[in-house]
Amino acid sequence: MSSVLAALTAAAGGFVGGLVGVGGGILFVPAMTIFLDLSQVKAESTSLLMIAIVALVGAMRQRRYGNVELRDAALIGILSPIGVGIGVVVSNAVPERVLQLGFAGLALFMATQLVRRALVPEPARGTASQQQQQP
Amino acid sequence: MPDARPVPQRRALRLAAVGTAAGAFSGLFGVGGGTIIVPLLILWFGYGERLATGTSLAAIVIIALLASALQGGAYGNVKLATGLLLAIPAVAGIIAGTALQQRLPQRTISLLFAVLLVAVAVELILK
Repeated sequence: MSSVLAALTAAAGGFVGGLVGVGGGILFVPAMTIFLDLSQVKAESTSLLMIAIVALVGAMRQRRYGNVELRDAALIGILSPIGVGIGVVVSNAVPERVLQLGFAGLALFMATQLVRRALVPEPARGTASQQQQQP
Repeated sequence: MPDARPVPQRRALRLAAVGTAAGAFSGLFGVGGGTIIVPLLILWFGYGERLATGTSLAAIVIIALLASALQGGAYGNVKLATGLLLAIPAVAGIIAGTALQQRLPQRTISLLFAVLLVAVAVELILK
């Protein structure tokens, strides 16, 4: 029964990931810690493997729909390890609580910006997005 | 996409900043890089929502592969069989999610993402 629930939660994670373009780890990790009794570290590591597979399939689907800028994606991905290194340095220098609250503030700020943008009528938006979508 | 234009330098620098931010936040908070990549592509680069989410997924493939290779190789924490089995329903989920996304107005995707960001913020505040 618990493995069925884990599978359903994983499916929900993939579904959310497909809708909003994230890996789905937000649900993959609890699927394994709650229903499969994996430790947090093992669940997070295993979730990364799942994210790689799920994101690959999702990116291939989106590419067929014409929604992937491959060069931009490659640059972002290849340079991310630099950020991981910076993250380690920062986490040693700044209290964890400050980081959590800082990122929470940033997330809320981005959320308000996205809502504000979404409330602008579609035709009034900048043409950047339309230009981007041309092959 | 036969596009041989060089990436303009300033744009390349901004993309580098997005990649660095994605790596830093995923390392610091265990949130996927997508949480930061999607809003930055939309708000900073003027990407349409669908293009931002598709490009984010492609970048995440690289980020997750690098990170899971490190975790699996160096620490042996990846449960291979569990991950592969759970990936099956997850893949079905993302195929359905991306298909549904094509039918949604782009602004709806922005609103859904805002909800996700608020959830992430609440989780961080309550930690």
